[in-house]
Amino acid sequence: MSARVLIVGATSAIAEAVARRYAAEGAALFLAARRTDRAAAIADDLRVRGAAVVTVGAYDATVPDTADALVAAAWETLGGIDVALIAHGSLPDQPACAASAALTRQALEINVLSVIDLLTLLANRMASVGHGTLAVIGSVAGDRGRQSNYVYGAAKGCLAIFMQGLAHRLVPAGVRVLTIKPGFVDTPMTAAFPKGPLWASPQTVARDIQRAIERGAQVLYTPWFWRWIMLVIRLIPTSIFQRTRL
Amino acid sequence: MLPVRFRDQVVPRVAGSVLPYGNGRSYGDSCLNNGGTLLATRGLDRFLAFDPSTGLIRCEAGVLLSEILSLTVGYGWFLPVTPGTRLITVGGAIANDVHGKNHHLAGTFGHQVTCLELVRGSGERVLCSATDRADLFAATIGGLGLTGLITWAEFRLKRIANPYVQVERIRFDSLDGFFDLALGAEREREYTVAWIDCLATGRHLGRGIYMAGTHAAPTCDGAPRAPGRTLSVPFDPPVSLIAGPTLKTFNELFYRKQFRRVQTGLEHYAPFFYPLDGIDQWNRIYGPKGFLQYQSVVPMALGRDVTREMLQCIARSGQGSFLSVLKVFGDRPPAGLLSFPRPGVTLALDFPFKGPSTLRLFDTLDALVAQVGGAIYPAKDARMSPALFASGYPRLDEFRRHLDPVFSSSFWRRVTEDVA
Repeated sequence: MSARVLIVGATSAIAEAVARRYAAEGAALFLAARRTDRAAAIADDLRVRGAAVVTVGAYDATVPDTADALVAAAWETLGGIDVALIAHGSLPDQPACAASAALTRQALEINVLSVIDLLTLLANRMASVGHGTLAVIGSVAGDRGRQSNYVYGAAKGCLAIFMQGLAHRLVPAGVRVLTIKPGFVDTPMTAAFPKGPLWASPQTVARDIQRAIERGAQVLYTPWFWRWIMLVIRLIPTSIFQRTRL
Repeated sequence: MLPVRFRDQVVPRVAGSVLPYGNGRSYGDSCLNNGGTLLATRGLDRFLAFDPSTGLIRCEAGVLLSEILSLTVGYGWFLPVTPGTRLITVGGAIANDVHGKNHHLAGTFGHQVTCLELVRGSGERVLCSATDRADLFAATIGGLGLTGLITWAEFRLKRIANPYVQVERIRFDSLDGFFDLALGAEREREYTVAWIDCLATGRHLGRGIYMAGTHAAPTCDGAPRAPGRTLSVPFDPPVSLIAGPTLKTFNELFYRKQFRRVQTGLEHYAPFFYPLDGIDQWNRIYGPKGFLQYQSVVPMALGRDVTREMLQCIARSGQGSFLSVLKVFGDRPPAGLLSFPRPGVTLALDFPFKGPSTLRLFDTLDALVAQVGGAIYPAKDARMSPALFASGYPRLDEFRRHLDPVFSSSFWRRVTEDVA
């Protein structure tokens, strides 16, 4: 049977690249996005590329109490979920957040709390059927707090710890939990940054994500070398680290 | 460079002009906009619809021809017209109204397009076809991206039985030999093009190999293997590898490797249509100074004599390269106001750039082309004069009426500066 896949934040470049890989295998997909018109354009494309069924649902991470309805709709439409990829998020403006408690809270609501709502609901449903994979797009930025990006980093770091605990809890239930930590990815979210050799395409990241889901990995650094870059960054003593502008 | 990822996006308000930029495979400055902004369209890479029973396909403008082939060949559908590389976007194929080896039967890419959506700088969205806003449709085909941003297009694919091509290679020993083949039974051959040894002189002038292909029948013998991994030129050699002695040797070998006059065989479509796509960054073999392309078309009536004179000039100069091709275009009227292909003989060459001597040779060739009312291909040009552009494109004034005031390119400013 082909996979039943829920993708939240389906208009993100990484999510779209992952969706195309599942579509080519004949998967049934449920795309949740704030911009349903754009998700509909993606859905048409996925149908042409071989998806068995594609459904679009509205989801806005800034609106409280929407997770319940989304998870129920996706679960019913797909008749159960084999893979849920949560890919929505924002890249907060760090200096603006540093100056505003409200902006910081807002960034954390979008990047952490809305994700945890979805994870809790999906985990319980998957646990009840003893099957499924929960995959969340985190970031290497969550591995160490840095002055240039610590609100985003805190959000992604929080998710990583939550996922670690969730994975532990769900071992007996047979549900897999994967935290994805991409490095620099050439997407619209990063369009303004100058690019170098460390940058990867959404297609490369998507290939790694699908492979990690298939082999049941719990943490994925993509591309692979970020595991070692972040190991070094985590090991730098604080006294030295705080003298850098990282 | 501003990426465009969704077709609902409008043309951004920026200081200066904008120009759509697809996969950047135009050889000259028609895909550049010095001092302005490029709208990178590769993010518009979605299919809208594909019907495997009729072959009608609708896709966004940033989809590569290679991506279409990956999707459709398995269903038995091929591009109705394809240039010598599949690494170009659909938007670029329309904006340059590209042609292929089947021009004598099928016309250009623009002839295959049934409709397209254009977003103008004003934000207006126009659905254009041969019946709706036909004037803007004709301006956009071959319009070099200057009429607005194409967001999606629809066209009809061509039925094939399998991915193979029945190929016939015929050696000819003079330019007359080429014209005998090209004006002979060409209508029975779907794809035709000739490789010319541009260094041959005297009675050998214009000798070469005529290549004809036809999509293989459903019951063809054997199945050639699809090409494997692509090779890559990993660095810039310090000097051009296409220099006098290597070129002379290569051309001699290429001509001589075919012992029999006629050679036939079955090939996978990729090496037949896209020999250079198998070598990533092949342009690097020309070294740091790079190369210039030259492609002209001259009317049939005088085509034979002018082509002979052009080949004489090139042979005398000792420049030129192994990628010299000659083809007779079909009689179909151009699809767009600024389309390059038109009835006549087209000659395409690339030259390692050697500074003033190369430019002088080009000026000589230009004079021959201009003298008989020919034209130069904008997608391959980096230096034609405004006068030659104006004389080669008689519907230029009609085109200007459809120019979007927000759009411009380095090429456009260069070829229109004196004759505004």
